[in-house]
Amino acid sequence: MLQFILKRLGLAVLVAFTVSFISFSLLFLSGDPAAALAGETASGEDIEALRRLYGFDRPMLVQYGEWLLSALQGDFGESYYFKLPVASLIAERLSVTMLLGVCGISFALLTAVPLGVVAAIRPNSIIDRVALFLSVAGQAMPSFWFGLILIVVFAIQLGWLPPSGTATWKHFIMPTIVLGYYAMPAIMRLTRAGMLDVLSSDYIRTARAKGANETRVMFRHALRNAIIPVVSLAAVQMGFMLGGSIVVESIFALHGAGYLAWESIARNDLPTVQALILIFSMFYIVFTFLADVLNAWLDPRMRSS
Amino acid sequence: MKRTVLKSSIAGIALMAATGAAWADKANDTLRIAFTKELENVDSYFNSSREGVVLQRAVWDGLIYRDPVTNEYKGNLATEWTWIDDTTIEFKLREDVTFHDGSAFTADDVVYTVNFVADEANGVKTQRNVNWMKSAEKVDDFTVRIMLKEKFPAAIEFLSGPVSIYPSDYYAEVGPEGMGLKPVGTGPYKVVDVTPGQHFVLEKNEAYHDSPKGQPTIGNVDIRTIPDVNTQIAELFSGTLDMIWQVPSDQAEKLSQMDQFTVANESTMRVGYLAMDAAGRSGEGPFTDLRVRQAVNHAINREELVEALLKGKSQVISTPCFPSQFGCDVEAAVSYDYDPEKAKALLAEAGYPDGFTTDFYAYRDREYAEAISSYLNAVGIQTNFKMLQYSALRELNMKGETPISFQTWGSYSVNDASAMVSQFFKHGSLDDARDDETLGYLEIADSSTDPEVRKENYTKAIERITEQAFWAPMFSYNTNYVHTKDVAYTPTADEVLRFTTMSWN
Repeated sequence: MLQFILKRLGLAVLVAFTVSFISFSLLFLSGDPAAALAGETASGEDIEALRRLYGFDRPMLVQYGEWLLSALQGDFGESYYFKLPVASLIAERLSVTMLLGVCGISFALLTAVPLGVVAAIRPNSIIDRVALFLSVAGQAMPSFWFGLILIVVFAIQLGWLPPSGTATWKHFIMPTIVLGYYAMPAIMRLTRAGMLDVLSSDYIRTARAKGANETRVMFRHALRNAIIPVVSLAAVQMGFMLGGSIVVESIFALHGAGYLAWESIARNDLPTVQALILIFSMFYIVFTFLADVLNAWLDPRMRSS
Repeated sequence: MKRTVLKSSIAGIALMAATGAAWADKANDTLRIAFTKELENVDSYFNSSREGVVLQRAVWDGLIYRDPVTNEYKGNLATEWTWIDDTTIEFKLREDVTFHDGSAFTADDVVYTVNFVADEANGVKTQRNVNWMKSAEKVDDFTVRIMLKEKFPAAIEFLSGPVSIYPSDYYAEVGPEGMGLKPVGTGPYKVVDVTPGQHFVLEKNEAYHDSPKGQPTIGNVDIRTIPDVNTQIAELFSGTLDMIWQVPSDQAEKLSQMDQFTVANESTMRVGYLAMDAAGRSGEGPFTDLRVRQAVNHAINREELVEALLKGKSQVISTPCFPSQFGCDVEAAVSYDYDPEKAKALLAEAGYPDGFTTDFYAYRDREYAEAISSYLNAVGIQTNFKMLQYSALRELNMKGETPISFQTWGSYSVNDASAMVSQFFKHGSLDDARDDETLGYLEIADSSTDPEVRKENYTKAIERITEQAFWAPMFSYNTNYVHTKDVAYTPTADEVLRFTTMSWN
């Protein structure tokens, strides 16, 4: 088990470096960082001056090496755009994204798992059909559209919720639903399929035969086994959500990490983008890693593969 | 964000759902307004955004003020100014002004600010706003001299625009970063809270001096950054915003049909144009031939573009500058009518009877660029249309690798032709014409202190540029301001929101 964990960990670190190097190169290909930095009103001379000031005229490898060295010491530099330390900028934005991510995945799990279980108990019933409809709709609806519809109904028409911002807990309700709804269908379908599979297995029949009551059979025996793949799926979804949702954050004016990343790319704000990519890939790697370990722990057969 | 898709328009849906539940925050004397873009730094020398200009005008003052309606220069922090010689201006300063932190405004503040921003090493973002100043020196507590590097007649215009005066002791202590987080100025509004890029709260400066900007009447201004225009409109509907601006024309049209909102349209100084590689920097291409450039000018129906796409107060532009700018002589410009047949004939004459194929670049307003592209196609100029990020296109421009591109320029709201013509036709890295005759006129116009000489030479430059069809000037932009009926505001033509001229109805 320890060997498995170490192997996975080593791989994860390599992935993180590869991601950061590739993204660094891509940013350089996508446009002149000095021109982006100088903004639309700048003249050629302004841009030249900035290029010298920030050292963009040096080879890319040197610049990457320099960045990596300070990043390893925890110094992500200063944002070219905001002129503020990248670490504090990201910390502020990440808290919004993390809160939203945790709310989103909780919402998804709390709705998808019960729906999946109920759908599996009564396959092809009305409830199953409704659940199927909900999941198809969730996959098909673009989140910007769903978000706007929620705003029109709950903020404008009913006036129950504020349209955008982060000032109170009420501001997080609609973004949570939009973000969570996106993750819901996959979790629900997986729960349903897992439950159907498990419910037809021998040990459930045995459990029923020995007289266990139905609730106990469902939750102690069936769900516990059916939930295993759901846990790893949810971990991966969680990684995605902590990477921020550009669309949801933009529509609800949340100023989270995802929106910051998107805007920073357009501004060629290299230090911010680099730090965010490193953090996002770390999230993703950590959660995938946790899911791997969890699965390996639950199912010894996976340790050797 | 895919704004074009998002334009699917919440306004339309909201129209059906309209409840009219608008309750403006007039009761709390707080005007709530939205920015679209995240402002990088409130310190006006360290941002290059329109939003930054808005805050700059509210928080700080310049020595001089230009009335946005009459264009007359008035004293603001200075009471009078005189040219000592061609490169020295002396200012008498007001003696009754205090900064928001209570410190008194004196010549030391002017000296410190000018010397700080004029030093390139301090990295002021838009160098052309400040790099014409050499230094400043104190004559006495309320008299100061600003020395110019060389003759620069637009000095007064710049001093009434982007150059504002900062408190010397405070700025020396906190620098641009501290100033961005906790701005201190002399302006009509004090900044009470800043969340970088997201939220700005202003409060009326009760002790504001007798400035030509006028006294602020609205007590508080609360500015939030809301990137999506549909969300902004939703906020307006639910009564949590009082005003939005830079609203796309299709949305503004729908909103103007509703009783609870006032929609005002005003032109901006931004001009859209096609730049062509007349000097052949990208190789001996077709655009080195005058007749091809004239053909491009004749090929495009600018009236139709303005009517169908830009709408509002946009106008057809024939000059390489915005008509209100000093020296931008509209009469001098050769204007090319929409005449596709003539365009085809000119192309044939130039040796392209069947047209040719060229790369065509743009960085914003895809729908305008695509419309232009289809006009070019119609006369036989086939285009490989390439939409790039601004920085990527700028880089290609500077290397001289763009045969033809759709560009725009806002002149930083500076009302002087030098801010546009001289920016692009003085053989700089963005100059695709590289014409010596134009350069000659502009050098005289930019450095003479005699307004008549300047006017005459800008006129000659404009004549030359349009005769040679180095560009195909297209149109000016406009912007829409939408606010609730509780707010009274008349926008100005320079796209600067002025809180001092806003009031409650």
